[in-house]
Amino acid sequence: MTDKAQFQFTLNGKEHTGEAEPRLLLVDYLRHEIGLTGSHVGCEHGVCGACTILMDGQAVRSCLMFAVQADGHDVRTVESLGTMDAMHPLQEAFREAHGLQCGFCTPGFLMTLVPYLEEHSNPSEDDIRHAISGNICRCTGYQHIVDAVLLAARKMNA
Amino acid sequence: MKPASFKYLAPDSLAEALALRAEHGDDAKALAGGQSLIPAMNFRVAQPSLLVDLNKINELRYIRREGNELRIGAMTTQSAVERNDLVAKHQPLLFETVPFVAHPQIRNRGTLGGSLAHADPAAEMPVVALALDAKFKAQSKDGERWIPAKEFFQGFFTVDLQPTEYLTEIAYPDLPARTGWCFMEVARRHGDYAMCGIAALVTLDAKGICEKARLVYLNVGDGPVDASRTAALLTGQAITDEAMRAAADKAAGDEMNPFGSVHASPEYQKHLARVLTRRALKTAHERALTAH
Repeated sequence: MTDKAQFQFTLNGKEHTGEAEPRLLLVDYLRHEIGLTGSHVGCEHGVCGACTILMDGQAVRSCLMFAVQADGHDVRTVESLGTMDAMHPLQEAFREAHGLQCGFCTPGFLMTLVPYLEEHSNPSEDDIRHAISGNICRCTGYQHIVDAVLLAARKMNA
Repeated sequence: MKPASFKYLAPDSLAEALALRAEHGDDAKALAGGQSLIPAMNFRVAQPSLLVDLNKINELRYIRREGNELRIGAMTTQSAVERNDLVAKHQPLLFETVPFVAHPQIRNRGTLGGSLAHADPAAEMPVVALALDAKFKAQSKDGERWIPAKEFFQGFFTVDLQPTEYLTEIAYPDLPARTGWCFMEVARRHGDYAMCGIAALVTLDAKGICEKARLVYLNVGDGPVDASRTAALLTGQAITDEAMRAAADKAAGDEMNPFGSVHASPEYQKHLARVLTRRALKTAHERALTAH
């Protein structure tokens, strides 16, 4: 057992102080130490995208970072997006266009797409397929996810 | 799985990192973007006892012009390279290739220096660095030295870095006049390790004859594979369909030893190399005709 490392970061807009063994992955810290279970653990080697979160506004794999590495950064998880009563337009679009079935991959897709749509307000279907190339969904076959993103872009431009 | 225990240090400056490197040598494993190292640690293929996290060293994140070179700090992320105007203007081959590296989320964290020092034979960045004759700056507590790409890559996940050194900067010289470029790869899914890939450069003389060519391949050997004998044969020739076909056959036939995998036999990788050589040479040649 190694000593615990101390760290401080902004988590979903609030200052957070914590400690963990250096080997603890950020996604495991978020899920097990804080209880934010929205970020999912799929492959643990950066392929599936289920653990995608935002660090300083950029989509990153929280399974390929140690919790201690969040020190000094701005971390956002899917829990920051919307509430049941006031969903993010992207979440609304996923619901309306049936962009999910089992939902395991959905948080990763959402956190990949939030910064993407901020940068690309009018993406083509092909652009979207490239943007989500780092996220795996085993249910939908992707078509309804692409539809959802197109719908979200329309909503966010309205 | 989860990583084994390790001691973690995160220096704020390069000087501190080099002091740690001098003190601990090869025990001090550098943590750059971690997009290859952390998966290996999650699988416990890698179990370093000490990690020196370089992510707080902002002095190693930059892209700037120096003379006729583009200098990139080793901790610059791949997505920063991908979005940089200087890279787009001065290093079109690098600019064209970066989007092939894994996925956007990986490039947001993965660094140029990390990818080069890792030297995965299937990686794109080593191939581009070798094709462009980039130079690598290795620094230790006691000084620095520059290493040409040809000497830097020494085989399977092996580079010319001493236990006291870190890779800190990469220098990419400008392309010569009338030079065209092209990067292509074939992967089963975008972002997967490619089964074969190529970086091609063609420099034409004023009459449109090939003055110099460069053909470097990924995942067909123990590192970036430079088909230099094939490229030498193109020198002094017009880049005709016939010349491209002959080059493709020679490069695939004589200058590579793909290992094969569950997804592609060595024969299939050679087939891909032949097709990609023809296509990449064609594009590089067309671009050379319109380059300044």
